[in-house]
Amino acid sequence: MSDQVYYEDVEEGMDIPTLRKDPTTQQLVMYAGASGDYYQIHYDKDYALNNGLPDVILHGALKNAFLGQLMTDWIGQQGTLKKLSVQYRGMDVPGTPVFAKGAVSKKYEQDGEHIVECDIRLEKEDGQTTTPGHAIVALPSRG
Amino acid sequence: MPEDSVITDEMREAIGLESEPITTEIEQGAIVKFARAIGDDNPLYSDEEAARASRFGGIVAPPTFLRSVRAPRPPREFPSQFSANLDGGSEWTYFEPVRPGDRITVTAKIADFNERKGRLGTMLFTIRETRYANQFGNTVAIQRSTGISYDPEASKDD
Repeated sequence: MSDQVYYEDVEEGMDIPTLRKDPTTQQLVMYAGASGDYYQIHYDKDYALNNGLPDVILHGALKNAFLGQLMTDWIGQQGTLKKLSVQYRGMDVPGTPVFAKGAVSKKYEQDGEHIVECDIRLEKEDGQTTTPGHAIVALPSRG
Repeated sequence: MPEDSVITDEMREAIGLESEPITTEIEQGAIVKFARAIGDDNPLYSDEEAARASRFGGIVAPPTFLRSVRAPRPPREFPSQFSANLDGGSEWTYFEPVRPGDRITVTAKIADFNERKGRLGTMLFTIRETRYANQFGNTVAIQRSTGISYDPEASKDD
């Protein structure tokens, strides 16, 4: 929280700090409880297999939350998340780490705000992207 | 429209119809529990003192917390030929923070239907738009989500 990023610090193409998450079956149950999403494919392995899935899988919305944290960790308390979009293209299973990553795609001023757009993604350990996305934030300016 | 389309006229007529609203009071404990479940230790979500000292002046909810707030179903239900469902993705637009004590009113509508043949056989894509407003009548966020429905038997054929 101490190192606030400012609009002037940002350049197009720069990476934002990677966020590693280690989801477990326990976390999927915690997320089911906290979110109210009790669809069995997220905690009942037999049910998941019967639905053509390889294992229980992470809730898409949990991966959305990881990518939300990627952005809010980076923009700090002075930054504002304005838009966050994610597409679930591949499945992720518990017991193996995932990495939320992103890079700045654009920066510009609009209506008095200092806007930064980022291409973001959730990757498996082997580098495969399961969840691409996009975020738009407003950052504080030193100006 | 292909002859074997899974999108019926009845479904098309339902596009844009808004649901009845559901209002939920946001409890601080629910925010703390949600933040813990996603593994996010940001003090804005759980540390009252730190949050009060921030520009937000108090605890706020993580960006995807609204997923945990009960949302109405769009006003019409359809008999579906597909029993399996997946979440295809979400697009959030944020306008204001959500805080403990807020009364959040949620409305939902179907924004569109699409279909495509893919890995899981014929897949039906349902685009839902969910709008969240606070007790001041301000929209705090809009979520456009894509639901994917398919026949689990068809997905086992390949």
